[in-house]
Amino acid sequence: MSTENVSASGFGADAGDRGKRILSALLSTGTIFILLLILWVWITILNPTFAEPGPFLAYLKRSAPLVILAAGAYFVLVSGNFDLSVGSLVTVMVVVAARLIEGEPSRTWPVILLLLVIGAVVGFANGFISTILRVPSFITTLGMLLILNGAVFWWTGGAPRGALSENFRSIGRQGIEGIPWIEQLPWSVILMFVIGAASVLLMRADFGRQLIATGDNERAARLSGVRVDRVRILAFVLSGVLAAVAGILLGGFGGVSAQVGKGLEFDAITACVLGGVVLGGGRGSVVAAMAGALTLEALFTWLNLQGISGALEDTVQGVIIIGAVGFAAYRLRGAR
Amino acid sequence: MTVIDPSEQSPGTRAATRKERVAGWRVGVLASPAAPVYGALLGIIIIAWIVVTIDGGEFLTTGNIVNMLQRSVALGIVSLGQTVVILLGSLDLSVAALISLSSLVTAQQMDGQSGNVIPAIVIVLLLGAGVGLANGLIITKLRVNAFIATLGMALILGGIIENGWSGPQGGVTDGFSQDLGYTRFGVIPMSFILFAVVAAIVWFVLRSTRFGYRVYAVGGSEDVSKLSGLRTHRTIIGAHILCSLTAVITGIFLASRLKAGTPTVGADGGYDLESIAAVVLGGTALTGGRGGVIGTIGGVFILAVLDNVFNQLEFNSFVRDVVRGIVIIAAVAIYARRQEKKA
Repeated sequence: MSTENVSASGFGADAGDRGKRILSALLSTGTIFILLLILWVWITILNPTFAEPGPFLAYLKRSAPLVILAAGAYFVLVSGNFDLSVGSLVTVMVVVAARLIEGEPSRTWPVILLLLVIGAVVGFANGFISTILRVPSFITTLGMLLILNGAVFWWTGGAPRGALSENFRSIGRQGIEGIPWIEQLPWSVILMFVIGAASVLLMRADFGRQLIATGDNERAARLSGVRVDRVRILAFVLSGVLAAVAGILLGGFGGVSAQVGKGLEFDAITACVLGGVVLGGGRGSVVAAMAGALTLEALFTWLNLQGISGALEDTVQGVIIIGAVGFAAYRLRGAR
Repeated sequence: MTVIDPSEQSPGTRAATRKERVAGWRVGVLASPAAPVYGALLGIIIIAWIVVTIDGGEFLTTGNIVNMLQRSVALGIVSLGQTVVILLGSLDLSVAALISLSSLVTAQQMDGQSGNVIPAIVIVLLLGAGVGLANGLIITKLRVNAFIATLGMALILGGIIENGWSGPQGGVTDGFSQDLGYTRFGVIPMSFILFAVVAAIVWFVLRSTRFGYRVYAVGGSEDVSKLSGLRTHRTIIGAHILCSLTAVITGIFLASRLKAGTPTVGADGGYDLESIAAVVLGGTALTGGRGGVIGTIGGVFILAVLDNVFNQLEFNSFVRDVVRGIVIIAAVAIYARRQEKKA
């Protein structure tokens, strides 16, 4: 079939049509991929080992939690809401896990299950309060942030106690060994790709379309039969569960501390916006959001290589984020 | 001079109009969006009073009231500016970092010399205007979403603070610290007068100036305002300058209170998110266009009373956060229900 053939039915899109659609999607959200590529090349020039499989996988492994959080933030943002509680939720995960496991390997799996349930429950609470009780999600999740932070430290008495077991940590640290050429394929990278693929499938299913429709125009979505509240609550639940997954990975990376999740909610939202997701909902792709997270992490690596670590790092990061988002906004206007 | 009664009405009709006016006043007050805020405030004060009294403490003592007023000042001033940008449909997450930076700069510029007080304040105000201008320009000209723009600004200021200061910066003059931080007239602290003056200015600007009307218009719908010929960019930039100015005033106040500038004073107080919470507690819609200063002041008092009760009951600081989170969510949920019923 020729590429000019725009199928009238719209549903039975042929291969050429799809190619065109992918191309146009890439052009509209493509800025982030170009930026990511530029950063990767730049980092490789500064430090050639970065392009080798080992260090590159280490970079991906480091990025995995933020990428997963960005996917979660994407669902909430695209439906027109905010989730400011994910950072504190990550902290809760690590602190609760340490307190309950206390270095006992046999408790690992039940605790992981519990963490996922906590994530889902917190997400549901956020969603329920924001939709059914009509509290703006900014405030709901801000309140949730206070509640979670307070509750977890109250319970642990100010300083995190306990220890994580070795097999709990292995999820964040280890991977499949003995693979030729790359030696080790970290679990976190596998998880990242699985979650990425699942998110893409989810956004292509009915749920994804309804989510975007809801974020774009709530009234229109409601009138055309979308159960707006249910879709939004589900988005919050996804965000909560993904925060739990990210928390489990981060628990493996570093030690148990009360600072693990600090600021992650802003990082995740920044990653999404870098990827072209519009705050307020209705626009953006989940792949671009995840690419935004990879870009942010690449940016941190680049800053380190430039020797701008420490004091002025934040300043440079702020300038670059504003610049990149401004550039993306400029591109978007040009495309219209 | 003789007083001439301007109205030639009979006493009966005059009484009627007066009654009408009173009724209208009553309806106006109760229908204002700030009414439920003060209802909530009254409720919380009564509950606090009962709880504290049962606990064996005293709530309505002079010391305690002074304490509550003092506590409301820092959050109050910055929340006034936050109100303006939220009314506009924007928000400012950079205020906490700006408060820290301005407290440091205040202390540094004063350098212990009483002659430097005025120049220091002028410099810090200019700093605030500059940061606000930058925020506004980034939002309007670069078209960066306000959330990201001010978050980026917070990072930028944070880096500057970390680069320039590793600890507290002394140098706030004794006289200035005493005057602004600790003087009080009866039950009213000097700093509270500063809060009242800033509140009056912001209230006047919003209620009676062209700029104020424009803020509401842009918050209602930026597109419509633009199509009706408003220079929306100027309004947005102006509002952000105003917001940053209130942040630096808060910074100056905190410097006088602590007698030093500290790199973490803004972050420790959580002034970025807390001021947004106060504004929303005050009944201002986060989407912009509805609300005002009066409500925000009520919201600030609610948070101050809560804080005070936690102190009196010697609550663990973590429990405090939990209760505060619950109160914020619950209050906003109640407003939302009210709004829904009306609509």
